[in-house]
Amino acid sequence: MKTLALALRMLRRDWSAGELRVLVAALVLAVASVGTVGFFTDRVKGALTRQANLLLGGDLLISGDRPLPGAFAERARAMGLATTPVIRFNSMVQLAGEVGVRPQNSGSDPNSSAAILTDVKAVGAGYPLRGSVMLADGAQGEDRVAQGIPARGEAWADLRLAQRLGLAKGAKLAVGEATLTVTEIIKSEPEVAGVVFSLGPKLLLNLDDVPATNLLQPGNRASYRLLAAAPTEAGLEQFRQWLGGELKPGQRMENVRDLRPEVRQTLERAEKFLGLAALVAVLLAAVAVALAASRYLRRHLDAAAMLRCFGATRARALALFVVQFVVLGIAACAVGVAVALAGQELLVYTLRAMMDAGLPAPTLGPAVAAFATGLMLLLGFALPPLVALAGVPPLRVLRRDLPRPKVAGVLAYALGAATVALLIGWQAREAQAGAIMVGGVGGLLLVAALAAWTLIALLKRLPQRGVSWRFGLANLTRRRFASSLQIGALAIGLMALLLLTLVRGDLLASWRANLPPDAPNQFLVNVLPDQADDARATLSQRFGREIAFSPMVRGRLVEVNGAALDTTKFKDARARRLAEREFNLSWASALPGGNRVVAGRYWDADARGAEHGMSLEDGIAESLGVALGDTLTFDIAGSRTTAAVTSLRKVDWDSFRVNFFALFPPGPLDDKPTSYIAAFRAPDADNGWLAPLVAKHPNILAIDVGEVMRQVQGIVDRVSRAIEFVFLFTLAGGLLVLQAAVAATQDERRFDAAVLRTLGASGRQLRAAHIAEFLLLGALAGLVAAAGATAIGWALADRVFRIPFDANPLVWLYGVAGGAIAVAIAGWLGTRSIVRQSPLAVIRQLG
Amino acid sequence: MSRPILRADALSKTVQSGDAPLVILDGVTFAIEGGESVAIVGASGSGKTTLLGLLAGLDRPTSGDIWLDGHALSGEDEDRRAALRQRLLGFVFQSFQLLPALTALENVMLPLELAGADDAAARARAWLDRVGLAKRVHHYPRQLSGGEQQRVAIARAFAGEPKLLMADEPTGNLDNATGEDVADLMFRLNREHGTTLVLVTHDLDLAGRCGRRLSLSAGRLVGDEKAGSDPALHARPATLPGSMESVGNVGSDPS
Repeated sequence: MKTLALALRMLRRDWSAGELRVLVAALVLAVASVGTVGFFTDRVKGALTRQANLLLGGDLLISGDRPLPGAFAERARAMGLATTPVIRFNSMVQLAGEVGVRPQNSGSDPNSSAAILTDVKAVGAGYPLRGSVMLADGAQGEDRVAQGIPARGEAWADLRLAQRLGLAKGAKLAVGEATLTVTEIIKSEPEVAGVVFSLGPKLLLNLDDVPATNLLQPGNRASYRLLAAAPTEAGLEQFRQWLGGELKPGQRMENVRDLRPEVRQTLERAEKFLGLAALVAVLLAAVAVALAASRYLRRHLDAAAMLRCFGATRARALALFVVQFVVLGIAACAVGVAVALAGQELLVYTLRAMMDAGLPAPTLGPAVAAFATGLMLLLGFALPPLVALAGVPPLRVLRRDLPRPKVAGVLAYALGAATVALLIGWQAREAQAGAIMVGGVGGLLLVAALAAWTLIALLKRLPQRGVSWRFGLANLTRRRFASSLQIGALAIGLMALLLLTLVRGDLLASWRANLPPDAPNQFLVNVLPDQADDARATLSQRFGREIAFSPMVRGRLVEVNGAALDTTKFKDARARRLAEREFNLSWASALPGGNRVVAGRYWDADARGAEHGMSLEDGIAESLGVALGDTLTFDIAGSRTTAAVTSLRKVDWDSFRVNFFALFPPGPLDDKPTSYIAAFRAPDADNGWLAPLVAKHPNILAIDVGEVMRQVQGIVDRVSRAIEFVFLFTLAGGLLVLQAAVAATQDERRFDAAVLRTLGASGRQLRAAHIAEFLLLGALAGLVAAAGATAIGWALADRVFRIPFDANPLVWLYGVAGGAIAVAIAGWLGTRSIVRQSPLAVIRQLG
Repeated sequence: MSRPILRADALSKTVQSGDAPLVILDGVTFAIEGGESVAIVGASGSGKTTLLGLLAGLDRPTSGDIWLDGHALSGEDEDRRAALRQRLLGFVFQSFQLLPALTALENVMLPLELAGADDAAARARAWLDRVGLAKRVHHYPRQLSGGEQQRVAIARAFAGEPKLLMADEPTGNLDNATGEDVADLMFRLNREHGTTLVLVTHDLDLAGRCGRRLSLSAGRLVGDEKAGSDPALHARPATLPGSMESVGNVGSDPS
């Protein structure tokens, strides 16, 4: 325990001398970086999985495209489960009686329109079986738990719908052909639409009101559901087993365990990405720790020799130093966890608009993981110098000219590399992602360092004016290797930030600008045959020309070449979904625009009848494993239609036109239940002119693509901001490495400064020289970062998104200026004290 | 006669310098009794500091043996030698070698804490008082003058009640007056506590105050005389540190 007391005393002294600040900052940064991401993703996952049954509204959710057999509910009840039915569908909703008028109270919302595409949920008694619906109360917005469900004739609107339609309690809504009174505003409810981050406004109404809306037509896409809740896990399992054998194609069962696999997959991918991004900061922090520990070694050589001289064994000396570092490490990690907690709150706040339900409180797991990361970092990168320090020959007290103990090369690298590999492997959880990340960051660093090296060499050739600039540049070039690496480290953080802010905006703008100017931005869907004339008339009146309507028939693929379809063998998620649900089939005489035949032969313009087969889209054919000449059998409203694939087409999906995977010639689908779909370009979001049509035929849906894109843009914006936040840690890491490097060269700089002072340089000139050096360093880093961001932006635009790329001069400006200023400030902070000391004392001490 | 506190037998130290081996010490043999004050003198490069390092167990001889208070140093590993140092030795250095991050008190406490003493603080305080720095216990080395720092170092060296005090140019960084004061202190404590003093020094004044003088030249022991054999020595003015002047007219001439 004496060792502990002595170690703590030495630690306290070293700390107040400012010796260990960079080390602590590096640990705090590493822990905070990993912790922020860890806490955040853990909470989101928690919201999904731990409260999944609350999100479901029950323990089990059975859904299908057609009404579910009554046997499901009967059997469930017989087994002791509680059940309640739900129907979900989309509908245009508007204020009743004021057809075509923009709502008064929604004046502040530029996107408000008369009719809103709404996600409607019709529920029965007992809903929800788990969790509860939270209602918002008027002015205070105080939440209370809903008792029961909307009564007949009533509807509950969610905050989004209320805002967009300017709803207050008592307002009357037209939903289909029914008129309902809004009696409550919903704050949150279980059974999230499709993801934790939901898009559309919602409306809750009573199941008994559905017939009156007249919206459940054969063509209308609705999801028929049954929620079930079991008092015991055994009972639930029993029902699940029975149900598994009863489900037909088109019917699905979801329970807590496999809730929203797409969402879980997306979340895991996001978690991995964010985790690896956070890790970049950790790697930079590792460099800072190594530099700081190395400096500690140099500055404590005399002390270590002294201890050994006075009789401390090597083990004892090592213990003294290790205890100090471990105590420091624990304190730093604790601070880092606190910072992480604050940081993840910030992340949550940034993304709050996207999350309906609240997130569960942070748990201990991520805190422990972050803590462990910090300690691993400390031991992996600080231990080798400490071992070297403890091994200093005690003879050094008499002979200071003895060669300094070097950090045992192989040991240091091995331990450091092992730590890095462990951290990356732990985060990536699979070799490939980790390798890509290491390769990517390492490659970037190398390229950046090389670029820096070249730039520095070029700089030297420039004419130099002024002693300060010359000296600053000389400092930079003298340690060219270290400077290049330093610039590389800074450039990575800067580049990530530039990519996420400026280049992202550029790419999105370019994509939007590159859309054909007459690309449709509105779709009219679900127009029934007897409504088609009205719809055509409305559109031609509005636009002064004929807008084409495409027929659409819903059919499920049941056989390929006469063999029943086994949907489980599809690896592609999209193909599986299509095979499980229903295709949108259509017919056309001529090959539609944006389509190109790549195999087989398309029928002539006047062809009719089943002998001409059908035309399949190339990509879906490949996903389904269907080739030219295969026959496909579709179940359309109970009867089967078979056709041979006579041609394969490539479709230009970017054109935003209406396009179909499966196309028939006129004839085979004539007598099938059909709805019509049209795409057109509306000059603005105001769809008041559609309102009379929708009022007359409430099943018609108008989808505003522009609105969807705006929402997607909003999501992209917010997610980018979250990622930016994580990369801020990376930038901080780069600055920290800079601090560590400056500290490591402290003595050199002090000596230089002292000599210069004796030669007549003023304090101001010296300060200017330091600032010049760091301005140059930062500007170079910014230059490399801007070049990198531009290059990656170009690659993304040209190769991935296939849009034209406009280089943005602002990227260069912000990069260079931002880098120069940030680095100059950080560097100045580290070298402030150098200029103050008396030159003679320094020379005597260091000479 | 009691066992000598320090004994060297045919000590040699050779190092590799470039291609050729460099002989730093060659067959040095002597014995020191407890309570003596011994100066090791010689020109720069004569091997004084190397000898001191060997005697203190900080370094290993190429050949020859050393006994510290009867314990043979050769063949002992570093940890054993460290233990012996802790028990038997105190050190004073030319550049004081105080830890800048610790106060005067904490510096003096250091060897006591390393030895596991419970009353380190009290003993350290007492020793600082004895060297006349009772009022400076909480000052840092940078706040003390050279002489004060060396006095702290002396307190540190004596605090552990060592049997032997090894000093390497203890007055080398001090002006004449301060050096005299420091020397006074050392010799007083040497008399009061019976600590054996072994000093390496250029300072002839200091050497003259010791009871015995070992002279080294080119690695060999060329002189070993007791004080009083040349009264003129005491009056000789101190030479400048690092001077190459010959030691004196006593003992064999350097060949």
